[in-house]
Amino acid sequence: MYGLLSLFALATLLPFIYIVLVSFTSPSEYARTPILLFPREWSTASYDYIFRSGSFMRSMGVSGFLAIVGTACSLLVTSTLAYGLSRSRLKGRRVILGGILFTMLFNPGMIPAYMIVKEYGLMNSIWSLILPSLSSAFYVLLMKGFFQEIPAELEESAKMDGSSDIGVFFRIIVPVSIPAIAAFGLFYGVGFWNTFFAGVMYITDDAKRPLQVVLQMMLLNASTGVGSGAAAQALSVEQRLPPETLKMAAVIVSSLPIIAVYPFLQRYFVSGMMLGSVKG
Amino acid sequence: MGDWKAAIRRDKYLYLLILPGVLYFLMFQYAPMWGIALAFQDYSPFLGFWHSDWVGFEHFRTFILHEDFPILLRNTLGINFLNLLFFFPAPIALAIMLNELRSVKFKRFVQTTIYLPHFMSWVVIVGICYLILGQGEGIINKIISDYGGDKVDFLTNANRFWTMLTAQSIWKDAGYGTIIFLAALTGINPELYEAGQIDGANRWQKIRYITIPGIKSTIIVLLILRLGSLLSVGFEQVYLMTSAPVASVADVFDTYAYRVGVQQGNFSFATAAGLFKSVVGLVLVIGADRMAKKFGEEGVY
Repeated sequence: MYGLLSLFALATLLPFIYIVLVSFTSPSEYARTPILLFPREWSTASYDYIFRSGSFMRSMGVSGFLAIVGTACSLLVTSTLAYGLSRSRLKGRRVILGGILFTMLFNPGMIPAYMIVKEYGLMNSIWSLILPSLSSAFYVLLMKGFFQEIPAELEESAKMDGSSDIGVFFRIIVPVSIPAIAAFGLFYGVGFWNTFFAGVMYITDDAKRPLQVVLQMMLLNASTGVGSGAAAQALSVEQRLPPETLKMAAVIVSSLPIIAVYPFLQRYFVSGMMLGSVKG
Repeated sequence: MGDWKAAIRRDKYLYLLILPGVLYFLMFQYAPMWGIALAFQDYSPFLGFWHSDWVGFEHFRTFILHEDFPILLRNTLGINFLNLLFFFPAPIALAIMLNELRSVKFKRFVQTTIYLPHFMSWVVIVGICYLILGQGEGIINKIISDYGGDKVDFLTNANRFWTMLTAQSIWKDAGYGTIIFLAALTGINPELYEAGQIDGANRWQKIRYITIPGIKSTIIVLLILRLGSLLSVGFEQVYLMTSAPVASVADVFDTYAYRVGVQQGNFSFATAAGLFKSVVGLVLVIGADRMAKKFGEEGVY
């Protein structure tokens, strides 16, 4: 048991460690060492280059915007819907729930989704990366399950004091649900940060490309580097930055925000997230 | 009608609260369903939706009889079959092993490590894969050639492409997949293990007769969900891993729909191809659910 699990954990961890270590190798050492596992000459040259690269940093900004604004919008839309549906007195609740559940079973496919984004005039807009994935049946159902667990007395006493449902939700329900909402927020945030294919499909303007798209272009093409065209290539040659260490640094920088929130994520998904049932 | 008026008057703020969410589902989940109609048209962007000709099931017929169809079906089923065989049981095995651990510290370390790749994007995962296994830049191949061996085309060999995808899926998501089984494992009554102990059951017998039956319904529920997506393949993964040498074994329904529809502008044909997949998927998941219920399990829907 211990052996097998250690093996699996090591297989998971080693590639990351290798990439972190080698990304800090100095370009000259990397050039003369055929197999490099541990750098002797440390250097942040690759990182300096990444952080000075206009297109890479701009795409980080785009994905940062997605992760913050997209997550905020997603939480608002998902939690209000889930709360409403968690109140059994709401007439029409079954129909709406059924409609939401159906979207889990059947998906018309990529082309209709693409056509809708086009139809709404969202092509090449950053909102094309947010609006289509604003909510999902799975999260609505999980959150609804969570809101149902909150004792009804809380709502009743607030109602007694003359609060409307909107007031009850924002002043009473949201404050007691902060841990759960934060957990959902982290999951949405990671999802938005990792936005990739929507960026390939909907964004044509270089300045609006999300991080994962720019990262992929960079990983795919060793010679292109991260900068814009020839200027960057010239710089890269001049500084003799090996494309591998640049790619490694880019992978690490792109993953840093995830690693930064990971300890919080872990606290939530182990305890609360999976306990909610998907059943309607 | 009167009921409705009273309900709306009483709960008007509650309806207001769910309005954005309902609008979202209507505008972005249900509105695309109109796009299904494209599959029955000869859609032309110049004529638009309302003026394009209706052609009935012609695109479906063309698609199913098309020479690409058997290739797409073979690739999709091949990848999914390997997934079902190796990727599906992996989290179950890992969870059972984790459950057997006595050392809390070690367990936590393993969990922390193996959950991490799940949160990385496919771009990062595939990028790491190339940096480790790639033919030019991969460290493994550098070591092999340094010892005088021939470089191995791990990522660009059509014969191992499906295996590669499965291994990659296990590396990224098997760890995270253990969570749901670990949760199910906590639901097993500890007295069963004590009873097993008294009856002289060894560790394997306890796993076989207590642990596995204890998580059987979770396994079946997840298997049903898995069967429902038998025609879907992790799109971003396949899209990112595709390169010229493996193109013939990497083309699946979604990549095909993307290429033919978005890139070549054959919207109607691509919609039909996508819809074929969705409809079969719906039939599969409902079928699997019925089947599970027949065998006395709870089912999902």
